[in-house]
Amino acid sequence: MVLPTNLKHVATEDEYNEILKNHENVMICCGRMGPMCVPVYDVMEDLQEEYKHVEFRDMLFDSPHAHVIRNLPQCRGFMGLPFTVYYKNGEVVAATSSIQSQEQITEILDREFGK
Amino acid sequence: MDAIHGFGIFFVKKTVMEEKKYDVIVLGGGAAGMTAGIYLGRSKVSAVILDSATIGGQMVLTYEIANYPGIPSTTGYQLSSAMKKQARSFGCDVKANVKISSLQLNGAEKSVVVEGGVVYKAPAIILATGGRSRMLNVPGEKEFKGRGISYCATCDGDFFQDKNIIVVGGGNSALEEAVALTKYASKVTILHEFDHFQAFEHAVEAAKANPKIDFIMESHITEFSGDESLRKVKYKNLKTGEETEKAIDGVFIFIGYEANTDALKNTDVELNTYGEIVANDKMETNIPGVFTAGDCRSKQFRQITTAVADGTIAALNAIGYINAG
Ligand SMILES: Cc1cc2nc3c(=O)[nH]c(=O)nc-3n(C[C@H](O)[C@H](O)[C@H](O)COP(=O)(O)OP(=O)(O)OC[C@H]3O[C@@H](n4cnc5c(N)ncnc54)[C@H](O)[C@@H]3O)c2cc1C
Repeated sequence: MVLPTNLKHVATEDEYNEILKNHENVMICCGRMGPMCVPVYDVMEDLQEEYKHVEFRDMLFDSPHAHVIRNLPQCRGFMGLPFTVYYKNGEVVAATSSIQSQEQITEILDREFGK
Repeated sequence: MDAIHGFGIFFVKKTVMEEKKYDVIVLGGGAAGMTAGIYLGRSKVSAVILDSATIGGQMVLTYEIANYPGIPSTTGYQLSSAMKKQARSFGCDVKANVKISSLQLNGAEKSVVVEGGVVYKAPAIILATGGRSRMLNVPGEKEFKGRGISYCATCDGDFFQDKNIIVVGGGNSALEEAVALTKYASKVTILHEFDHFQAFEHAVEAAKANPKIDFIMESHITEFSGDESLRKVKYKNLKTGEETEKAIDGVFIFIGYEANTDALKNTDVELNTYGEIVANDKMETNIPGVFTAGDCRSKQFRQITTAVADGTIAALNAIGYINAG
């Protein structure tokens, strides 16, 4: 079960663990195909070229495997899709709830992963 | 503008600017802008669509579109992706998330200066900047967005199972979404600034008949507060001035739309009192070579079909304008 976007996906918990193990900088957007989520996927798609040192992925919020994101302590209190999580060396360094603009996203990417 | 031209590159205040010339610039990549792009591209007119955010505009805010002729049902994402692909297939350039720093609409050559040092120039421009949801702009609104404050019932409704929520607004969207949210929430309070609703009678009746819905009228929210999630709102009765604090789990805001014409306020394009662009039925504005299309213009019905129609008319008239020399 994956989202019908043009991004690379995270389909399972195993894949999630693999990605975090093999990439230093990871951004995962966990959502559905709604109006708050689609603009974030679009921004990620656009930024892939520029931020080659970051692994951009999405994950279907309703997949049973998405508990790996839904239940993160950093997502406690989140009540708006998508849940977007940024990881450095496998550790969560930032997380946001609901729609974010390109500026808000690049601000986090630059701060946590450098340009 | 203080500019020195030379081989497509010129300098403004020591910034090296790259110049890109087109026949038509389209500002905004919603249904109107993309339709214009399709018609321009197909007519072999060089065109660029510049969007300050996501291509697709309000279409991507819509889960299901069931009234676009010929397509019984689709999602906003699918329809918008198809339009983008179609515009590109005819040779139209499409650029999203562009930060526009200035616009020059008078004279024979229109220009759009973009952050990062690119200036787009063309003899004609189509303004298709659409509309956006209004925000309340009160303290706490930004901080609690996604942590109890939402603008989309379909997206976030299921986070509010058995919760006590407020819906702000008094139009059709507010009332219809309030009724839809009773599927999840234990209680929904509709908070509205007037003593009456600006909605269809059937929407008002449905909300009034729903046992989970109650009403706070003639009031507006003054503050949101909480910890990791929204916990309280303060609202003020506009008649008595009395301020009340209320414990709450969530707030959904549906207070209407406004035209995206802030960028035009320093130009000579005529806007009406609502900030919408004034145009004739050829989509011509008061400035020669400046056309408009879609929800940003003053018109009766704002739909994808009407935006698409406007985009077509604007593109064909822009082509006529540039061909007339
Ligand atoms: C929740 C919702 C549901 C809807 N459901 C339906 C439906 O079922 N059927 C239907 O027919 N209609 C529906 N509509 C209405 C329909 O979506 C709109 O009327 C239509 O999409 C408007 O298209 P547009 O191109 O004029 O504007 P928009 O879609 O608003 O696009 C304008 C674009 O311009 C960009 N922009 C803004 N300012 C600038 C700037 N300064 N510079 C550059 N770019 C800029 C924006 O980022 C945006 O992408 C719905 C609307 C909403 C909000």
